[in-house]
Amino acid sequence: MLAPTSGVALKGLVEVSHFGLAYDTVDGDVEAVSDVSIHVNPGEFVSIIGPSGCGKSTLLNAVAGFLKPTSGTVAVDGEPVDGPSADRGMVFQQYSLFPWKTVRGNVEFGLKMKGRDRHNRELAARTLLGLAGLSQFENHYPDRLSGGMKQRVGIVRALATGPKVLLLDEPFGALDAQTRVIMQQILTNMWQRLKISVLFVTHDIDEAIFLSDRVYCMTARPGTIKAEIMVPLERPRQPAMMMSSEFLALRRGLMSLIREESLKAMGGEISDGALEGLSIDLHGQSLADVL
Amino acid sequence: MEHAARKLEPARPMVAVPVAPPVPAAPQPAGLMRQARRRFALYRGRLRALLLAALSLAAFVLAWHLLTKYRVNIYVRFINVPSPADVLDSARRAAHDPRFLMHLALSCRRILIGFSLAAVVAVPLGLVMGRFRIARELVFPLTEVLRPIPAIAWVPMAIMLWPSNEESIVFITFLGSFFPILINTLHGMAMVDPVLVRAAQCLGAREATIFREVYFPAALPHIFTGLTVGMGVAWVSLIAAEMISGQFGIGYFTWEAYSLVQYPDIALGMICIGVLGLGSSAAIRGIGRIVMPWSRA
Repeated sequence: MLAPTSGVALKGLVEVSHFGLAYDTVDGDVEAVSDVSIHVNPGEFVSIIGPSGCGKSTLLNAVAGFLKPTSGTVAVDGEPVDGPSADRGMVFQQYSLFPWKTVRGNVEFGLKMKGRDRHNRELAARTLLGLAGLSQFENHYPDRLSGGMKQRVGIVRALATGPKVLLLDEPFGALDAQTRVIMQQILTNMWQRLKISVLFVTHDIDEAIFLSDRVYCMTARPGTIKAEIMVPLERPRQPAMMMSSEFLALRRGLMSLIREESLKAMGGEISDGALEGLSIDLHGQSLADVL
Repeated sequence: MEHAARKLEPARPMVAVPVAPPVPAAPQPAGLMRQARRRFALYRGRLRALLLAALSLAAFVLAWHLLTKYRVNIYVRFINVPSPADVLDSARRAAHDPRFLMHLALSCRRILIGFSLAAVVAVPLGLVMGRFRIARELVFPLTEVLRPIPAIAWVPMAIMLWPSNEESIVFITFLGSFFPILINTLHGMAMVDPVLVRAAQCLGAREATIFREVYFPAALPHIFTGLTVGMGVAWVSLIAAEMISGQFGIGYFTWEAYSLVQYPDIALGMICIGVLGLGSSAAIRGIGRIVMPWSRA
C-alpha cells in the first residue's frame, strides 16, 4: 500500500525501531513498552491495537515527541523525533479544542503558527472544514458542538498544517457506536484525499480492521508487538464490508489475539476457564446451593 | 419480567402498533404550542426573578419605614435611625452638593487606582508563578504569610510607610484586592488542561506563544473571578481605611455624619457604598463577557 507518486518525493515514513520506555518509580523502573519496532509507509493507514495499559498510547506519544524513548529510536522520514512539531499532527481522545477559539479559529491555529497570512489561513480552513462537513459551524465555539463534531474539528485542525503523519489516540473512544461508524468513514475519506500517513491507536477491533491497511497487535504490559496483520479489504471501504466473510475472519483472528492479552492484562486470576465457571469445583451441587 | 408483562397487556394488546409515529399533521401545532409555552416559561422565570427582587427590596424599605416611623425600641433601638424619607431628602440635597460629589469621586478614584495596580501586578505575577515552578516556590510562601492579614490591619503600617494619607489609602485598597486576584490567577493556571498545551505544541506553537495563546486565555475565566472578588474586597478595605485615616471619601463621609449628628447621611453613605460596589462588580462581569465571548457564565 503506497501512496500514488505524484512527482513529489514520498513523505511520512515513520520508523520506530527497538523502542522501549520505562518509568522511574520508587520500586525501580517499570517497563511500559519494550523492544517495539514498527513502521508506517508513506500514505499508509496503520493501527495499533492492544489491551488497555499495553503502552499503545505511550508509543504514539513517543512518535508525537511528548515522550523520549529510554531505548531505541523514533524517526520520521529519516529524521529522529525530537519534541513535538507540526510535522506530526495529533488528535487526542479527550476533546482538545481551544474553547476560546471558534471552529475556524481552532483550525487556523497551526497555520498562524506557521506564519501564513490571514487570507491564506481562511481559505485553507474553509476548504478543510467543507471536506469534513463543518462549513456551517465555522463561527461556533466548541462548547456548542457535539462530541462527533468536536473530534472532526480536531482532525481537521491537525491536518490543516499539512503534517507528514497524522497520529490519532483513540479519537472516537468517547463517541456512541453510530457516530463512531460515521466518523470512521469521514476519516477514511479525508485520508484518501490527502494521501497522508496515519498511525491510529484503538482498542476497538472492528475500527482497526475497517480503517487500516495494516494492524499491529500489542501484548499486555510491558507492551511488545505480538502480531502484524495485513488488511487486504479493498478501498474505498463501506460499512457493509463489516459483514463480509473476509472481515469477519480477520475479526476472529484479532479477537483471539487480543482476548489472550486482555486476560493477561487483567491479572493471572482470570482465565477463560474461570469465566465459564468450569474451574470452580462445585462437588456436584449447583452454584446456588453452594452460595 | 412476568409482572411487567402482565401490567402492559391490558393497556396495549398489540405491542408494535402504538409505538408507530402519530399522524404527521398532529404534532405540528402541538409542537408549536409547546414551544410557545416553553418560551413563556423561560420569560416568566426571568420576570418572576425581577418581581421577587423588587418585592424583597420594597419589603425592606417598608419594614425600615415602619420601624422608624413608630420609633420601635425592642432592645434594638430605632429611635435615632433616619427614615427612608429622611434619607431620600438628604440624597436630594447631596446630589447638588459639590462636597458630597467630591467624596464619591475621590473614593471611586482610589478604587480605580488601587484596584488597577493590584490587577496589573497580581495577574502577571500569578501567570508567571503558575507557569514557572521556581517562581511559585519562591513567592508563594511569602504571599501565604501575608494573605491572612486583613487590609485594615495594615492601616497603621501604611500610614508610617507612605508620605501622605492618600497614598496609604490607595495602598490599603491595593492590598485588599491583590490577594484574591493573585490566588485566582494561580488557580486558573493550575486548572489549564494539559491536553490543550500538547495540542498547541503539535500545531507548532513555541513556549512564548503557548503562554499567550493557551495558558492566558485558559486562565482568563478564573482571572475574572479573582477580579470580581478583588473588587469586592477593595471596597471593604477602602471604606475601612477612609473611616480610620481619611479626610475625604464616602467612607469618611459616612463616619463624619455620625460625629456631626447628621443621621440621614449615615444611611445615604451606606447606600452609596452598596450601589458603587454593586456597579463596579457588574462592570467587571460585563468586561468579562466582552473579553470572553466563548464563556457563557
